[in-house]
Amino acid sequence: MKTSPIVRGTQYFFSIGMTGVFAFPLIFMIMSSFKDKYQIFEDLRSWRAFLPVGDVSFEQYSNAFDRTPVFTFLGNSIFISAMVVILGLFVNSLCAFAIARLNFKGRGVMLGFLIATLIVPFETIAIPLLYLVNRLPRIKVIDGIQFTTGWLNTYSVQIIPFIASGFSVFLFVQYFKTIPRELDEAAIIDGASFFKIYRTIIVPLSGPAFATSAIITFLATWNAYLWPVMVVQSERLRPVQVGLDYFFASGTDEGMAWGQIMAYSTLITVPILLVFIFFQRAFVASVASSGVKG
Amino acid sequence: MVLLLIFLVTPVLLAFGLGFTNAKLSSPKPAEIVGISNFEKLLKFSKVEVSTTSTEPEAIYAEVRKLTKPGSGTPYEGMSILRGSIASDGMSGSFFLAGDPLFWKSLRNTVFFAVIVAPLQGGLALLLALLVNSRIRGRIFFRTVFFLPVVTSMVVVSILWLFMYQEYGLANNFLNFFLPNYQPKNFLADTSTALPAIIFMSVWQGVGFHMLIWLSGLQTIPAEQYEAARVDGANGLQVFRHVTWPGLRNTFVFILVTITIAAFGLFTQIAVMTQGGPLDSTTTIIYHAFWTGTRKQMIGYSSAIALIFFIIVVTISLLQKRLTRERD
Repeated sequence: MKTSPIVRGTQYFFSIGMTGVFAFPLIFMIMSSFKDKYQIFEDLRSWRAFLPVGDVSFEQYSNAFDRTPVFTFLGNSIFISAMVVILGLFVNSLCAFAIARLNFKGRGVMLGFLIATLIVPFETIAIPLLYLVNRLPRIKVIDGIQFTTGWLNTYSVQIIPFIASGFSVFLFVQYFKTIPRELDEAAIIDGASFFKIYRTIIVPLSGPAFATSAIITFLATWNAYLWPVMVVQSERLRPVQVGLDYFFASGTDEGMAWGQIMAYSTLITVPILLVFIFFQRAFVASVASSGVKG
Repeated sequence: MVLLLIFLVTPVLLAFGLGFTNAKLSSPKPAEIVGISNFEKLLKFSKVEVSTTSTEPEAIYAEVRKLTKPGSGTPYEGMSILRGSIASDGMSGSFFLAGDPLFWKSLRNTVFFAVIVAPLQGGLALLLALLVNSRIRGRIFFRTVFFLPVVTSMVVVSILWLFMYQEYGLANNFLNFFLPNYQPKNFLADTSTALPAIIFMSVWQGVGFHMLIWLSGLQTIPAEQYEAARVDGANGLQVFRHVTWPGLRNTFVFILVTITIAAFGLFTQIAVMTQGGPLDSTTTIIYHAFWTGTRKQMIGYSSAIALIFFIIVVTISLLQKRLTRERD
């Protein structure tokens, strides 16, 4: 069917317009990160706001580095996200393997229960969770081993609650079901243990499911804000998103240092954007698959 | 599974339990069960008519305060004014009193936000999905660009837009460019524009995600159906109504439910951009719960809010599932 030129024209017009709406704020952020505050305000009235013109330098970046321990924050976020992703992949896929393959009582109940957890928004449980982690036993290994309570201000409090995810387990279960059972049966005849089946058959065949779970978990952890704000007071343990608060809390005399804010924002955003553009295909597929559950 | 039990199920149960106590975050005293008093305070709502013989402008408020002050023995004890209107002579007026006016304001804001965002974001996402699903050149490029804000964290997005919404910011300059007589204003400092501004930004950030979900729905519709419709001589609109839309039923339900739930959880934007202001015009349920839970350390009360939130969310998702199913 031929699409009429009018329809096609409208489509292009709309697409290009929308591209502007979605891209310009981000371009503005990146460009402003190379300018100082006065330059940013000067450029606001014209197209120069979206172009790297005028007094362009990396000064805002070095100022932002002076102002906050950026590398500590970046390191924390990378560490926390990596731990949540790696441990999560392991725990959730094993749990899903048990549900999908082992015959034990209550499997159906377990799966139904997992799906039910999907509709509970994190915001609901955040406050009770705070109360809970504040009362959990903790072993301190400073000056010998001490037993105290309260997990506030630790890496664990940012990692452990997010390892298990109903969504990931569900995703894995759905995927494992598509792997033919004959493969496991053949392996059982060859004398393979359940863990061996998991390791040699299921994992190598489930690349896409692992990728999806990893991508979605990573994004959620990297962008986490509510939880770290609640549980971490120590600068040493802060992740990147909370680091942005520094530029507001310690406002300078001349008001907000927007150049530095833009530099810091760019620094914590652009790597993710690049990774996204690079792995676009896998990314899109993973988000699309997360919608299938409806 | 154990982890899931500890960190997901226990908090939910705790929310149920704590809602009935006066627990504090770090208090030496053990939490006491206070029954339903948290919920009573939260949900208490009533209307009173007061009149006075004095013409002093403050006299009418003094009358209300007599009713609500602690130890007054009236049923309105401990409540505050949510909204009131005073007759033109200034001698009588009617007031809506609430145990926690902030809760009602936050509920109103949250509902307003969700009611606007759900159709707006869902509809725009569908439009974008149809666009990138059509055979235009550069559709991968467009799809990528539309999705970029989704990958950007909400904190960064909020700060960026906070800057753009300022009086001399980009948003005003942009409007000024098209409307020469336009008066620039600080969107977030005005009670009438703060929440709409946040709505616009939230849709901007989230729409790409739902575009992809529509897209995956669109791609499950078999090509034969389109061909059959074409053979029957259906035009573009008819094809959409009779082939595309019915094929998207499940996707539609999923999108509606997820956007609504996410919209009810509105928090980050508020915490970064407005802290609930100006004049509580952008405070939300979760922000209110967060505030009472962490800043005031009233975990019990905060859990009660969370529990009410949970009930609302579950009710809405069940209702939406039911409603959309019946239309079949």
